[in-house]
Amino acid sequence: MNKVFESRIRLGVMSMLMVNEEVNFNDLKQMLEVTDGNLATHLVNLEENGYIRVHKGFVGKKTNTTYSVTKAGEKAFQDHISALENMIKGMR
Amino acid sequence: MTDQQLPTSSLDEIKDIRRIMERSSRFISLSGLSGIAAGLCAMGGAWLASNRLAEYYLAYNSRGNFEGPDFNKLKLDLFILAIAVLALALVSAFYFTWRRARHNQTPLWNVSSRNLAWSMMVPLGAGGLFILAMLQYSEWRFIAPASLIFYGLALVNGSKFTLSDIRYLGYLEIVLGIVNTQFIGYGLYCWAVGFGVLHILYGAIMWWKYEKDSVN
Repeated sequence: MNKVFESRIRLGVMSMLMVNEEVNFNDLKQMLEVTDGNLATHLVNLEENGYIRVHKGFVGKKTNTTYSVTKAGEKAFQDHISALENMIKGMR
Repeated sequence: MTDQQLPTSSLDEIKDIRRIMERSSRFISLSGLSGIAAGLCAMGGAWLASNRLAEYYLAYNSRGNFEGPDFNKLKLDLFILAIAVLALALVSAFYFTWRRARHNQTPLWNVSSRNLAWSMMVPLGAGGLFILAMLQYSEWRFIAPASLIFYGLALVNGSKFTLSDIRYLGYLEIVLGIVNTQFIGYGLYCWAVGFGVLHILYGAIMWWKYEKDSVN
């Protein structure tokens, strides 16, 4: 099992990024119901593992940071899902 | 994590992932009641329009000749009526969806509703401008077919970001619009069927399918 995905928040971020090309910080925060600081820590962790990519942009004068999943992140997430599925099958 | 806890926690995890994926990619709070409300507005509007047209033709027939100012008055009246119906339909549709979103405790304006709005805005905006251009040249014959076709395209496009059933409503609107091009004199009837009857039917089916059991 992938240690990175033991956190529900990190798993949640990955789930959102798998079905959306790009998601910004506020949408992640709103969907996962977490605080700024908490979310930021998990995002840094995912980025350091090479699972997500960060894009810094601007909407008017406000910064708009968006995130997307990398190839490595996609693979890691799919492997994690397969592992979960195998575990469920194995236990029945 | 101990081994004993694994099956349930793995299952919970999968469910969690599924829920987040669904919620963040599709706007599921679209209420069937919104469809019914919009449909009723359209039916009311079509009824008023047909009365106004009957009035115009009665004057035209008794007088026996075409009069510019009379025709311009008719055009303006119908245009204002159309805008009023659109506004009323949007407001009432918005209200029921807002209510449902609150009931589901999901935000009305999130990544999925934004995607939905944008994917519908493109065909609707293009269609709206196209229809205005037709009005500019007093080309009234294809207004009903064009509004049905562009609206249908918007629904098909938007169905990627909401309940996928909306796609079938879109197909029906497109087919109706194309059929209408061959029966030009029946524009108002086709329009009433497309925006009125189909919306009411669709709304009722959606309500029955998704909301019946969660009435507040």
